[in-house]
Amino acid sequence: MSPHLPSTLRQHLSALRMLLTLTVVTGIAYPLAVTGVGQLAFEHQADGSLVEDHGTPVASSLLGQNFALPKKNPDDASEALRPAPEWFQPRPSAADAGKGAGPYDPTSSGASNLGPNNPRLVTTIAERRAAVAAFDGVGPASVPADALTASGSGLDPDISPAYAYQQVNRVAKTRGLPAGRVRKLVTDHLRGRDLGFLGQERVNVIELNHDLGRLG
Amino acid sequence: MNDTLAGWLQALALMAALTLSHRPLGDHIARCLTTSRHLRPERVVYRAGGVNPDADQTWAAYLRGVLAFSLVSMLFLYGFQRLQDHLLLSLDMKPVPADLAFDTAASFVTNTNWQSYSGESTMGHLVQMAGLAVQNFVSAAVGIAVVAALIRGFTRERTSQVGNFWADLTRIVLRVLLPIAFVFAIALLAAGVVQNLHGVQAVTTIAGDHQSITGGPVASQEAIKELGTNGGGFYNANSAHPFENPTAFTDLLEIYLLLVISCSLPRTFGTMVGDRRQGYAVLAVMGVIWVASVAAVTANELHSVSSSAGHAAGGMMEGKEQRFGVWASALFAASTTLTSCGAVNSFHDSYTPGGGGLLIFNMMLGEIAPGGTGSGLYGILVLAIFAVFMAGLMVGRTPEFLGKKIRSREMKFASLYILATPVIVLIGAGVAMALPGERAAMANPGPHGFSEVLYAFTSAANNNGSAFAGLRADTVWYNTALGLTMLFGRFLPMVFVLALAGTLAGQRPVPVTAGTLPTHRPLFVGLLTGVILVVVGLTFFPALALGPLAEGLHR
Repeated sequence: MSPHLPSTLRQHLSALRMLLTLTVVTGIAYPLAVTGVGQLAFEHQADGSLVEDHGTPVASSLLGQNFALPKKNPDDASEALRPAPEWFQPRPSAADAGKGAGPYDPTSSGASNLGPNNPRLVTTIAERRAAVAAFDGVGPASVPADALTASGSGLDPDISPAYAYQQVNRVAKTRGLPAGRVRKLVTDHLRGRDLGFLGQERVNVIELNHDLGRLG
Repeated sequence: MNDTLAGWLQALALMAALTLSHRPLGDHIARCLTTSRHLRPERVVYRAGGVNPDADQTWAAYLRGVLAFSLVSMLFLYGFQRLQDHLLLSLDMKPVPADLAFDTAASFVTNTNWQSYSGESTMGHLVQMAGLAVQNFVSAAVGIAVVAALIRGFTRERTSQVGNFWADLTRIVLRVLLPIAFVFAIALLAAGVVQNLHGVQAVTTIAGDHQSITGGPVASQEAIKELGTNGGGFYNANSAHPFENPTAFTDLLEIYLLLVISCSLPRTFGTMVGDRRQGYAVLAVMGVIWVASVAAVTANELHSVSSSAGHAAGGMMEGKEQRFGVWASALFAASTTLTSCGAVNSFHDSYTPGGGGLLIFNMMLGEIAPGGTGSGLYGILVLAIFAVFMAGLMVGRTPEFLGKKIRSREMKFASLYILATPVIVLIGAGVAMALPGERAAMANPGPHGFSEVLYAFTSAANNNGSAFAGLRADTVWYNTALGLTMLFGRFLPMVFVLALAGTLAGQRPVPVTAGTLPTHRPLFVGLLTGVILVVVGLTFFPALALGPLAEGLHR
């Protein structure tokens, strides 16, 4: 390095060279090495745990989706989605919060961020309780909390076992299937806690609905 | 197995893993910071960087290194974001606006990772991996380097030199952060975290609708995001996003990662000062505060304390993921706010007044239990000096800590350190509340709205980075104010810590006598815990009373 430069400038040039060197190591070599291992050894996970139908990806089993009736006007972004009775419904999603995106849009993940005593949240929960109870034909008091609240990501693919079983009769009736068969499908998709003690029991709505679709 | 048993077991499993690893990791870090041997890759880095790793530096030269490296990093990251549309892998993202680019550069360079942007709609892959994630490594290493200098202040005598910044920085990145991050990135990847360079993939959904599935080099960034207590999510939803944190198992790995270095550094400290009991005492204080906080946050969330929404829904699941539930969410939330990490697996804005208030209080403690990488340990050591001083006042002796006298010069630096962050927090939040336009950024009515503003400045000044995310902070005013808050909150304390290191290193050690306060006994653990709680409590009680306390009592 040139000895004629003032020492402050020399120090900052050194700092820049250190930064660029460490960028090559930690910002290029490291992520590319991890990507390489991922693509060789864990391709399914690395690419997003995609669920395929005849070779075409239709979902990621990690990301929830909308199971809604077709819109009356597909171009109207403000038209509220109505749940489709032939599918198991996921949790409410706040992924659309204020950004013009729809629920379960992975380009707009996020939560409602409504406070614990926000009257708007209290009202929304009461409305959801009435709507879900009527839709599934159950008593309002029995609707579980996960059916009434938006998740943190807005992309939660899971629901509680209680919410899954609550939807069995409605789904079976709409599809003209025996309730016992649909109930068994839910039971097959019950997932316990990881390693027996981590997190919560759950049912993955994407995998459940994907198998339900193939059931007929 | 019921929820309660499972909840306790996952906390115990976490503590067991941290206990098992803190010794080998702490000793490994101590070796990295004391050895005189350079590895071959390190020599390559030094040559490429044009630095001399063997020249011991005075505290002032060490500080100039820290500041020069951070300034250059900030300018580089700012330019990177502004020019991202001209670079590879930009995914057609537009250049980041000037105010947001400033805020984000300040945020990542200061190890805060406050995010006024949404990753999936703002940043291309190259900026994420070669800009933001690089700062995840180096800003964490800078924190550890500064605490290394402070520890050398205790171990050295009658010298003005506290080590070599470039050697500390390089060794921590190459010998500590990079290997651990690589191993855990692969583990996360195997468990479902994505790692690719794809853009958005459009699919026709199971129900015949359309969905855009995002890609990105996420696993590599996720590992260092937690390990370096950075916390900046690849996606807006952070560790609540199933692509960043797909299962309860990856969730526990991430909580472990964000705690592991800060829990191991007390061992490094004990080893370097030649008395491991000193390290255990510090770790005990951290552990007591962490356990109490986890328990209190969990209890508030489990019982929906003072939350009308929680009672209406029959559980505090707003903003939380089904696969985690209340227990794993509260465990993550308490850990992330006590470590200056700021990653979230659930959204704190929807927590109960008590739970959310405790998360703010955790950050107000100054990120010391166990705190950010490096910054947690230097924070608690400054408070330990303060505690020793208070004990000295009670018995009328000149206090000493690890054989170094705590004189007025040392106390000036310690006091300035302790005062700096609260002043920044309270002035920032006060000014924001005085301006009608900035008040309007609150998303929730009543005291909870004030809590959002208080949370923002507390998070920024303590370099945490989590948020009551309802606050609409992507404005020129907030980006500028919070950017400055993060810079002052990071570098002012570092100046005082390094000055303290210099003055301690210059001292001749005093021998231990019968009158010396032992700093490794339970008595000192209790004293230090008490001092921390009293100092923070007195400083912030009025602000907390207006926010979470008012909201909790109002019901």
